[in-house]
Amino acid sequence: MVSTTSTGARSAFEYAPAPESRAIVDIKPSYGLFVNGDFVDGHGRSFKTISPSTEEVLAEVAEADEADVDNAVKAARRAHSRVWGRMPGKERAKYLFRIARIIQERGRELAVLESIDNGKPIKETRDVDVPIAAAHFFYYAGWADKLEYAGYGTESLGVAGQVIPWNFPLLMLAWKIAPALACGNTVVLKPAETTPLTALLFAEICQQADLPAGVVNIITGAGETGRTLVSHPDVDKVAFTGSTEVGRAIAKAVAGTEKRVTLELGGKAANIVFDDAPLDQAVEGIVNGIFFNQGHVCCAGSRLLVQESVADDVLARLKRRMATLRVGDPLDKNTDVGAINSAEQLAKIRELSEIGEQEGAERWSAPCELPDHGFWFAPTIFTGVTQAHRIAREEIFGPVLSVLTFRTPAEAIEKANNTPYGLSAGVWTDKGSRILKMANALRAGVVWANTFNKFDPASPFGGYKESGYGREGGRHGLAAYLKGRSLR
Amino acid sequence: MRSSLEYRASDGQLYAGWVTTTATQPAGPGNDWADVAASESSLRRFLHGLPGVDQVGAEQRAAGLGTRSIKTSAKAFAIDLAISMVDLTTLEGQDTPGKVRALSAKAMHPDPADPTCPSVAAVCVYPDMVATAKQALGSSGVHVASVATAFPSGRAAMDVKLADTRDAVAAGADEVDMVIDRGAFLAGRHLQVFEEIAAVREASGPAHLKVILETGELQTYDNVRRASWLAMMAGAHFIKTSTGKVQPAATPPVTLVMLEAVRDYREQTGQMVGVKPAGGIRTSKDAIKYLVMVNEVAGPDWLDRDWFRFGASTLLNDLLMQRTRLTTGRYSGPDYFTLD
Repeated sequence: MVSTTSTGARSAFEYAPAPESRAIVDIKPSYGLFVNGDFVDGHGRSFKTISPSTEEVLAEVAEADEADVDNAVKAARRAHSRVWGRMPGKERAKYLFRIARIIQERGRELAVLESIDNGKPIKETRDVDVPIAAAHFFYYAGWADKLEYAGYGTESLGVAGQVIPWNFPLLMLAWKIAPALACGNTVVLKPAETTPLTALLFAEICQQADLPAGVVNIITGAGETGRTLVSHPDVDKVAFTGSTEVGRAIAKAVAGTEKRVTLELGGKAANIVFDDAPLDQAVEGIVNGIFFNQGHVCCAGSRLLVQESVADDVLARLKRRMATLRVGDPLDKNTDVGAINSAEQLAKIRELSEIGEQEGAERWSAPCELPDHGFWFAPTIFTGVTQAHRIAREEIFGPVLSVLTFRTPAEAIEKANNTPYGLSAGVWTDKGSRILKMANALRAGVVWANTFNKFDPASPFGGYKESGYGREGGRHGLAAYLKGRSLR
Repeated sequence: MRSSLEYRASDGQLYAGWVTTTATQPAGPGNDWADVAASESSLRRFLHGLPGVDQVGAEQRAAGLGTRSIKTSAKAFAIDLAISMVDLTTLEGQDTPGKVRALSAKAMHPDPADPTCPSVAAVCVYPDMVATAKQALGSSGVHVASVATAFPSGRAAMDVKLADTRDAVAAGADEVDMVIDRGAFLAGRHLQVFEEIAAVREASGPAHLKVILETGELQTYDNVRRASWLAMMAGAHFIKTSTGKVQPAATPPVTLVMLEAVRDYREQTGQMVGVKPAGGIRTSKDAIKYLVMVNEVAGPDWLDRDWFRFGASTLLNDLLMQRTRLTTGRYSGPDYFTLD
């Protein structure tokens, strides 16, 4: 076509950097513990939290020792027996609504801080973590004065000791604290060692909301602090999200006590694509299933089960799509995949990937330039994987997908269920009846149909088998924090 | 032989009814797709064998691409590209030669104050205005596109539609924007639609054929995908969303589905087909979202006025205002841009 002026056509459409400003967050050089409504110095040592995308030290954080944990539990006990446990539900609701609003109002600040401390892209903290965290507080605020209609009784348990992971620091905090408070419990929460900053900002939000002292206590530290918390004799309820290994240790520690426990542990979810699936959307679902949050998702669709008749087509589409993923600066608004959370996790991902290669699976990584500093791993798929491979059985917790094929629905069910885990699964087909059949047959707590990684506060979430027990979210999530009925 | 991306793992048949095609042959009726278009049932089997589109997923993907943040140098690039892709359109009963001449002047020099501003791709008018537009545009390189085939409803006898097309081409149209018979498509008479497109393609002679699907009337994304394939197989050079006379007109998810179709079509046949969203795109921000979608779904090869167009009228002035702001650092009022 003739043109009078150059259109610049076919030169590349390079997206200029579009960084979100850091100016909105004010990271202090050091942080204490949030106990009884105030920030206090810990008795123990301190540790550094770093930005995984740059390895820059962000702050020094106190490591709570036994005495600190004891003070926090005492504060929570006092707050429960004197204030929160006897406050009418409609009054508790007001505080929860207020917290939800403040999370929305300070959403940008929380999103930027979460991206810096965790390494996940601002796109996700802005559009997923923060809005859903606020939604959980709104949702459970609504339940606080309606507990008698939920069917689990109305009496709170007391003090909840809660330990959360580093993959969704603020969101997991919301999943834990919102239902606990709505039911009249007080909490002592320990965020993960690598991602304590948004929990400490949440402590400020509690102050801003005038939440009575001691209702929420945030203690920072590593594994030892967590162990001390969950085995503290005056903790009535233990809620943990994290690895199956630690979950098992917690279950042992609380066995024989009166403590109630809910555990949300690992997963090795099957994402099952049938030959009649909407393929372009299935590819999006596969990408979202395993590369969302760098694959640091307990319910990640880390095993792709694709029907053999469409396997080549799906893989070609998947690789083409993966080549458009933008890996890099978490604060750039166009980044799709951010940094791996820690050097330790990166080493684990590398180790399992090398094992995958040694076991004979074929490795393909998206062509992308990785930054020089920080912890990075290119989005990767392994093809030719069988059930016998370790990468098909063990949770990698990174942006690594194992691709397996199947021939019939029965084989898909068999392979999907052939894992010690059972947290989530995905089914892709245009046939509604098949969706229902698969959902019944899959031993997984959540089954997504023609979508993946969708979270809503009204929907219960939890696992089968080694993925844990108890449910979080929805009406069912109340059961974990009320005396009325034992958990199943 | 099918062309293939280098990572295509096998050469197996993809969908029911798939046929091997020759990349070097020109698109058109009667060659590549003769087997598929042999009967109503074979055509139906093929179109219904295409993978379905999940509505929620397609809309989510389009919305996700809409969150890309295009700033500074990328924005300047995108705005100039978008200007060069505009089919500046007037399709009104009240169109006059004066109006068409004014629009043509604007098409050649969208920003009279800035000679570095690219011209638009084409001026789009009714057939009786083609000669006027052609004369006004002269050898500027800006094309004349004419709607045809009883635009916008397409409700006329076949010989009327063909006469309409020949008339436009004889008057000098470089491009013909035809409408499909949506009634026939929705009634399941796919072969009739196929044959109409093929006949119009033939009647268009050297002019490029854009096939308007009127996606607002097809309603479902499955229909959009099938109509896209139908048009491509019948010889369309471009597939276009809408006439602009029906709401909704172009939407991001509809355009996404069409971009997926042209991408898949090239992978199968080696032939590129263009895409033109039309109607409802009014702001630079929207236009940039479409370009992001072109870039990430169909691929950078489509980032060219030969392969992607915007059917629009008010969009151009917003692009010009944003362009001026980028070069001068300030916004200027609408009175500094010509109204036509």
